[in-house]
Amino acid sequence: MENKASKPQVAEPIADVFENRRPSEAEKKWAEKTLAPTLEKNPERPIGAPTGVNVNDLGHACFTTISGVPIRRLYTRADLPEDWSEEKYLAYPGQPPYTRGIHATGYRGKLYTMRQFSGFASPEETNRRYKYLLEHGGGGLSVAFDLPTLMGYDSDHAASEGEVGKCGVAIDSLQDMEILFSGIDLEKTTVSMTINSPASVLWAMYLVVAEKQGADWKKISGTIQNDILKEYIAQKEYIYPPAPSMRLVIDTFEFGSKFTPRFNTISISGYHIREAGSTALQELAFTLYDGVEYVEWARRRGLEVDEFGPRLSFFFNAHNDFFEEIAKYRAARKIWSRVMKDRFGAKNQRTWLMRFHTQTAGVSLPAQQPMNNIARVALQALAAVLGGTQSLHCDSYDEALALPTEEAARIALRTQQIIAYESGVTQTVDPLGGSYFLENLTLQMEKNAFDYFAKLDAMGGMVKAIERGYPQKEIAESAYQYQRAVEAGEKIIVGVNDFTIEEEPPQILYIDESVARQQSAKLKALRGQRSNDEVRRTLDALKKAAAQEPRGGTNGNISPVNTMPYLVDAVRAYATVGEICEALREIYGTYTETSIT
Amino acid sequence: MTDLKIRVLVAKPGLDGHDRGAKVIARALRDAGMEVIYTGLRQTPEMIVSAALQEDVQVIGLSILSGAHNAIVPRVMDLLHQNKMYDVLVLVGGIIPDQDIDSLKKCGVAAIFQPGTAMNDIVTFIRSNVKSAGVPAAFK
Repeated sequence: MENKASKPQVAEPIADVFENRRPSEAEKKWAEKTLAPTLEKNPERPIGAPTGVNVNDLGHACFTTISGVPIRRLYTRADLPEDWSEEKYLAYPGQPPYTRGIHATGYRGKLYTMRQFSGFASPEETNRRYKYLLEHGGGGLSVAFDLPTLMGYDSDHAASEGEVGKCGVAIDSLQDMEILFSGIDLEKTTVSMTINSPASVLWAMYLVVAEKQGADWKKISGTIQNDILKEYIAQKEYIYPPAPSMRLVIDTFEFGSKFTPRFNTISISGYHIREAGSTALQELAFTLYDGVEYVEWARRRGLEVDEFGPRLSFFFNAHNDFFEEIAKYRAARKIWSRVMKDRFGAKNQRTWLMRFHTQTAGVSLPAQQPMNNIARVALQALAAVLGGTQSLHCDSYDEALALPTEEAARIALRTQQIIAYESGVTQTVDPLGGSYFLENLTLQMEKNAFDYFAKLDAMGGMVKAIERGYPQKEIAESAYQYQRAVEAGEKIIVGVNDFTIEEEPPQILYIDESVARQQSAKLKALRGQRSNDEVRRTLDALKKAAAQEPRGGTNGNISPVNTMPYLVDAVRAYATVGEICEALREIYGTYTETSIT
Repeated sequence: MTDLKIRVLVAKPGLDGHDRGAKVIARALRDAGMEVIYTGLRQTPEMIVSAALQEDVQVIGLSILSGAHNAIVPRVMDLLHQNKMYDVLVLVGGIIPDQDIDSLKKCGVAAIFQPGTAMNDIVTFIRSNVKSAGVPAAFK
């Protein structure tokens, strides 16, 4: 309080109009003549309980984004830098720094891809759901794998008990992958796969399925998530320690830039960082800095940034705070183009531009009054579209309860279609560009992200920061602060801490243990039919390559010990995900984090 | 002096890595004055029960979001019984379908906290249901 008193004070309650900004004469006049009497008569009231983050020490209402960033009542020219101009700060769509988007025509030439994330139970059942989504106008596929697959265990492994087919589809071998995509033309359909630690194994399976269909590797396109750094930071589905994990990622970069020029070999993901409880800024900063770390490692291998750079793609969350999210996407493009150009000296424009996928925030969708989530998802998705996303997944309203029912999945897809075809927002490029509020938020995001970059640089990069638990601690702290504000009623969640009702439980998709039995039976049959000698031979070759330090290839070839060709061989011999990951565990060991609470 | 703090083991069994809930709860219980031990990720039922035994906890909170609860929870309960730890209060939090609640309660789980539960409700539940384990009756 003493500090407050000693500060130079302008007559309350309009002091905030003059604090750290220079309002124009007209704005000053407005504040004195119009705003002050209004505040006198009708003081502002916080949204939510008048405690904690919602009041300052003078007792005035405070307003913040969901991430806790203070928000002004009104934004004017005085909230932009003095030298602000369209040319200097925004440029035009399709031009660096891409604040206004990567395409000169926005969505007019190419709409965002409606890519619904889906996978459950057996490959047979998921294949049916994929066909259903494609028939209903879905533009691409996105595979959710179950936990045993994500952790590199077969369905019949002891650690898989109770987990098979629950959070995604169970894939054990090439055979399952063939079933998953049967009747789906991989040269025509783009497929994204949420797979990380065993990403190269599942990608090898995908490539072999494509090849068996007669598809040309040079023509197929899609994305593997393959972002191991955010696993250590947030999602926690890692197998091996950071260094060998990074090596496997760089192997895919090298292999991909030579053999699958249209495939995104990574989707650097903020989604999970946000779901783990980070703020919008932390999501942005940690994700982009993960990008920096991958580029550093690839360059150390001897890869040229302009060769693999254009295949780096990103993945963000779309949370509740509408303008903060839009600012995040715009700042992300701007920061990435600067990083690629200035920090890494990229020459190719394709390397400068950031392409990203967005998914609405699963964590924001409560189990209470779940139908309300349809409205939440629509707003979140709208923010992603106004932010210029290249592809989009809308969550289903039953997200907090179970995997989506067919009806819930269809409504989610319809939400995308309503935004694209009815709302009109796709007709104009970056329609909110130039908004004082949005441009101010975008600049703040950019500046504060670079502050995080400086801290991470000082720690010696992201792998070092992860080892000391820095991003993990930052996220856990934000998650706790948010939960505290919600429970104090300072942040309102409709149907959860306000406007509650008694209700009947909705219909959900229930997955029983029969999938585990089916998958185990298939594995047993497979091990009896395939050539186990061939499996052993290919796994031995893989282990030998994996144990050697790769160097950049020569004469246009990839490194002779790049693991990808060995994985392709092992997969062709029908070695299972569990067997391949076990072979790599023998070489690399496993990772356990020091848990921080 | 007798330690009056309620001792809680927050455990994350199964393959799932989503630890936001477990961490937030661990901190909330600690802020409510309890002694909290967090096991970290991917604990088997054996590891959880042996940690509970060693740490002499009165409460075990299992956080499960992956759907593996029907495989994991009964095994934890069996092991607790084998070790005669009948007084330990077992709570499950996470994504648990309504249809599984009865069978989990039947095998001895004291309460199941589904998404949206307030941290305070969990604190209150623990305080009113924890078994004595050395806490003088006057303080209960």
